[in-house]
Amino acid sequence: MSVAFNIVVCGSLVPDPLQTLEPIQGATGPALKNEMMLPSVLDPWAGHSLYEAADLAKKTPGSKVYLLSLGPKAKLQQLMMTIAQKVPFELVCVDGSASGFLDSGEVAAALAGAIEKIPGLDKTKLLVFGGCSSASRDAGTTMQMIAERLGVTDVFLGVDELKVQPDGSFKILERIEGGQYQVSACAGAPAVLGWATGNLPEPPNNPQVGMANMRAIMPALQKAQAAALKTDAIKFASVELPKQQRQTRIVKDMPVEEIAKEVVAWIRG
Amino acid sequence: MEKILYLAHVDPNGALPKVALEALNGALQTAKGMPGSTLVIGLIGENIQAAADSLAACGASKIFGVSGKDFGMARYATDVKAAEAIAKAAAATIIIAPATSRFARALPGAAFRLKAAIDTHVSGMTVTGGALQVQRWYYRQRMVATLSRTARPWILVVDSGVFPVWQGTKGSAKVEAVALTLTDKEKRTQVTGVQAPSADAQTIRPDAAVLFVAGAGWTKKQADGQTHVKDAEQLILGFLKNAKASLGSSKSLVDQGSEGEQVLSFMSHLNQVGQTGSTPRHPKGFSTCCHGEEPHVVGWRFINERRAVNIDANCGWAQGKADVLYVADAFAVVAKVNELLAKG
Repeated sequence: MSVAFNIVVCGSLVPDPLQTLEPIQGATGPALKNEMMLPSVLDPWAGHSLYEAADLAKKTPGSKVYLLSLGPKAKLQQLMMTIAQKVPFELVCVDGSASGFLDSGEVAAALAGAIEKIPGLDKTKLLVFGGCSSASRDAGTTMQMIAERLGVTDVFLGVDELKVQPDGSFKILERIEGGQYQVSACAGAPAVLGWATGNLPEPPNNPQVGMANMRAIMPALQKAQAAALKTDAIKFASVELPKQQRQTRIVKDMPVEEIAKEVVAWIRG
Repeated sequence: MEKILYLAHVDPNGALPKVALEALNGALQTAKGMPGSTLVIGLIGENIQAAADSLAACGASKIFGVSGKDFGMARYATDVKAAEAIAKAAAATIIIAPATSRFARALPGAAFRLKAAIDTHVSGMTVTGGALQVQRWYYRQRMVATLSRTARPWILVVDSGVFPVWQGTKGSAKVEAVALTLTDKEKRTQVTGVQAPSADAQTIRPDAAVLFVAGAGWTKKQADGQTHVKDAEQLILGFLKNAKASLGSSKSLVDQGSEGEQVLSFMSHLNQVGQTGSTPRHPKGFSTCCHGEEPHVVGWRFINERRAVNIDANCGWAQGKADVLYVADAFAVVAKVNELLAKG
């Protein structure tokens, strides 16, 4: 049986993990200090799902990958300079905040609305991919709400493997407790999958892929609709950095035997 | 007046997971702090009577249940439907549930159907002036927020380790069954099993007292100019066995497998701790051959006592991230530690 998919990958930008973040009180709630100036990366788990989507599309001729991003247009444009070189996709952009302090219900509404508007999208072949949670809100709730809005009842979270069977059904491995996988058989598309790391490495940059992607990325950025995201759902009493600084005791020149004794005493203590 | 629903699912053996008993304490504490509120229980699973009996003495006024073969498996469509039905039957305004993988998958969908608000990874709950506030982390454990919502229902999915395990005497509970009819569409997915690592390869132990974290240094060239990956494997497995520890890893080490470099055979992305990995809860953490970079260390947020071994005295661990940094060769230290632990 020949199968082809319309794979919509939901993924946006998050601050580079190496950046120091500082919360501030913004006009509509908490925000990050110098948020617009912070270097950004593609949300890591969403990135893994993009690479998995591209790999699946390569293996199933006729499939197409869309990258659906909700974020400030100017920052998305910067991000696309690197992401566009990784794998072939068509960008669908929604202009709005990528803040982690937004309610996931608002984000899901904006993303599901954008999926509904993708021209020619065949919902019977639809796979919605994304990260199992973002590196900003880290809630793990958006993908399920997108599924509900789209009427998709097969949802998987913490996915590391999706295998398409000859009959078009899926075998899916999801992370569960204790380092185990739950194995599921799903009848096929449509489905929504929140990915963990998957099994693929980050693809090397390919300038040719980048050039092909960029032809459609710039028009997509230009015609991006602004998302109407409400910010009043959550009342934040405080947002603060943890008092994490420890007084580290740096032990140099101690014989290995002494270190080992100290470590063993600590483990047993 | 809040109607608090404590919602849980049972394991395949009919018992409640540990995190569910912790969340029950959270629900009881919340109900106690909100005078006039009522607490009811909702259970989902193939057979829920034993679990209901185990909670008979907790003080809840009623127990609702959705049970049957179709609800034994952790399947999104049926779990969402069951959670929605119980929440409606209970007319719940606040729903407190444990952060199991099953509920992490299903409850956001239930929130949508109930027109509810949802907060996951709840790491604290307090009642202040009669109003409930919760704590949760943002930006992968880099900042903590205290927040509240006026929207109801409000679903709170509580992380493990936040509350102590509830303990009470077993009794005889009456369960009010909530009947559901499933459609074929809701049964398109079948859970066919659980893939567990072999007993020898079982390196992730959530209940372990110590988290042992291995960094990429274990597979790099050592002082003699050679790599010693097999020796590293033996030392790490020896430590896990002797200290009954759980194994975590930095991203750089697990990524080496997909990049074609020499790897530790038992290490997978499941072991990864940090920005794109897990944030486990253990009383103690012992880091080896890892530089303590920020994206990795955010995964240590809930590790209370931290020690590290690294040959670089200026590594990230030295910057206030560890309690003790031993500047030494991890191969030598872990070999000696294993020797001492094995002696008993």
